[in-house]
Amino acid sequence: MVNNETKTVPLDFEQPLTVLAQQIELLEAQLQSQPELEPDVTHLRDQYEILRRSIYSNLRPIDHLALARHAQRPYARDYFDRFDNTWMELHGDRKMADDPAIISGLVTIGPYKVVAIGTDKGRNLRQKQICNFGMPQPEGYRKAMRMFEHAEKFHLPIITLIDTPGAYPGMAAEEHNQAEAIARNLMVLASLTVPVIAVVTGEGGSGGALAIGLANRILMLEHAVYSVISPEGCASILWRSADKVATACEAMKMTAAEIHKISVVDEVVDEPLGGAHQNYDLMAHTLQKSLIKQLDKLTKMSPKQIKQDRLEKYRKIGVTVE
Amino acid sequence: MDLKEWFANRRKRQENLEIKQPLTTEEYCALWKQCFQCRELIYTRDLHSNLSVCPKCQYHFRIGAQERIEQLTDEGSFKELDSSLSSTDPLKFFDTASYSNRLEEASKKSGLRDAIITGIASIQGKEVALGAMDFAHFGGSMGSVVGEKVARLVEAGIENHLPVIIVSSSGGARMQEGIFSLMQMAKTSAALESLHEAGLMYISVLTEPTYGGVTASFAFLGDIIIAEPGARIGFAGRRVIEQTIRQKLPNDFQTAEYLLKHGQIDMVVERPKLAETLARMIDFHQVIEFRPRVAKTKVEATSTHREQ
Ligand SMILES: [Zn+2]
Repeated sequence: MVNNETKTVPLDFEQPLTVLAQQIELLEAQLQSQPELEPDVTHLRDQYEILRRSIYSNLRPIDHLALARHAQRPYARDYFDRFDNTWMELHGDRKMADDPAIISGLVTIGPYKVVAIGTDKGRNLRQKQICNFGMPQPEGYRKAMRMFEHAEKFHLPIITLIDTPGAYPGMAAEEHNQAEAIARNLMVLASLTVPVIAVVTGEGGSGGALAIGLANRILMLEHAVYSVISPEGCASILWRSADKVATACEAMKMTAAEIHKISVVDEVVDEPLGGAHQNYDLMAHTLQKSLIKQLDKLTKMSPKQIKQDRLEKYRKIGVTVE
Repeated sequence: MDLKEWFANRRKRQENLEIKQPLTTEEYCALWKQCFQCRELIYTRDLHSNLSVCPKCQYHFRIGAQERIEQLTDEGSFKELDSSLSSTDPLKFFDTASYSNRLEEASKKSGLRDAIITGIASIQGKEVALGAMDFAHFGGSMGSVVGEKVARLVEAGIENHLPVIIVSSSGGARMQEGIFSLMQMAKTSAALESLHEAGLMYISVLTEPTYGGVTASFAFLGDIIIAEPGARIGFAGRRVIEQTIRQKLPNDFQTAEYLLKHGQIDMVVERPKLAETLARMIDFHQVIEFRPRVAKTKVEATSTHREQ
């Protein structure tokens, strides 16, 4: 697990920062023997901060994608642990399997008890393989559905944290009817009378993300992305070229800011400078504040209003002319 | 004998007969179709009158929304809804051409405004809210228009107390409308939730091919799910799966028959029997006369009890 002392892995667009940081380090090492270098070091440190701010305020869509997919990005488990260090994990779809790519449990967030569901990509290689790199099987969606129904029965709000490349294109997944599993989740989520808040924390990959994402409020972390198809898939179908991923990222309008602008997402949650992986505690704290603020409003509605609010939200999405 | 050879021979025959103005290849192709499955050459008019099913091997040709509606509904009964609803280009999407241009091209090619036609009609005397998708328009993909028309069709069903039938044929969500397309899955599923709550019936008919965002939303939410023989249906495409798992899939993978075997659909129905099956299905579920009577008796019984 990453904490604040661990070195983070730099991304391509962060290279200028890495170079500058190395220069500063070199000078710092010489400071003891050459105290006259002090002003230079201070100057470079200022330059570093300026460059850092400028880089992170001018990210291209593909840079957001890289941050969203960062190997050290906090996952659902990291958030649940920080929201409530005594949260209880619940397992299994009661039919066939316990898909590790979807985790669920009973979590206390501030004054609220909620049913929390999230995707898990797995941190090390072994965990990643167990979690199928965050691509759920139909059993994962059905596990989530069981939790939706549990929440409805006990009048508990639902929080979902989404970070998945999408559904898994596998033979068993098709034979176990993942299309139906996703569709059924959408219909059940539409029927609930408890508040549902979905947060795209990393990658919002298509139907696999939506399967736990039909909610009263959709939040996205600042560098998260959400799209109808992976940029790689889009590039290969529309441009027939693997080199066009950056172009596909731009064309699809998949960043938090862009999706917020077209009103599909309700709130963009700020990340620590440099991305959520720079400071797990701060990120979890900021997200918790946003969730509590949203729950404060949603829990004031009657069960009927909560359902109606959700239906109306989706009824309005889409752009057509007559 | 393959198609080209056949035409070549035919041309020879016609030359022998001294026909002065031989037909062009396009005209031949319009007149004749070759069966994709058994390679039989079929006179287009015969194929059409046989509901676009090969008379020799029963291969079900892909058909458009218009032809589907003609085949299913009682003559003159179809009243179209929202015929003027069209797509715009909300994201100003541009790949190798702009989405606006692609929309125009698609409409020119298909003669449709978008990938679904919806309306109220009767099928063998049963009134229904009916939608038919058209793969020939933009690969039958679902963007804002398909989502909106499905939602409105379902609302028309609720308002008029009618069962809803949607005949799907789609490659999935329309990439050019980005996240809006993804959200149409949520919109259509939410609409069907309201239909479900109203106690009304929804029959989903899956035809060659139905994939992606359409199967993962309204196409798999039918109270009854029917598929046409040989139709390929799934979430992920066959090629993507083969590339991912690096192995060959069985030949019949994702066909209607395969889905039936795996418990995913209720029945496979041949095209000539489809209208009749739908009508019977609706008729069987029209028990509104029966249910209230039971409820009423119960209420009366309790009130009598209270009076005592
Ligand atoms: Zn044939």
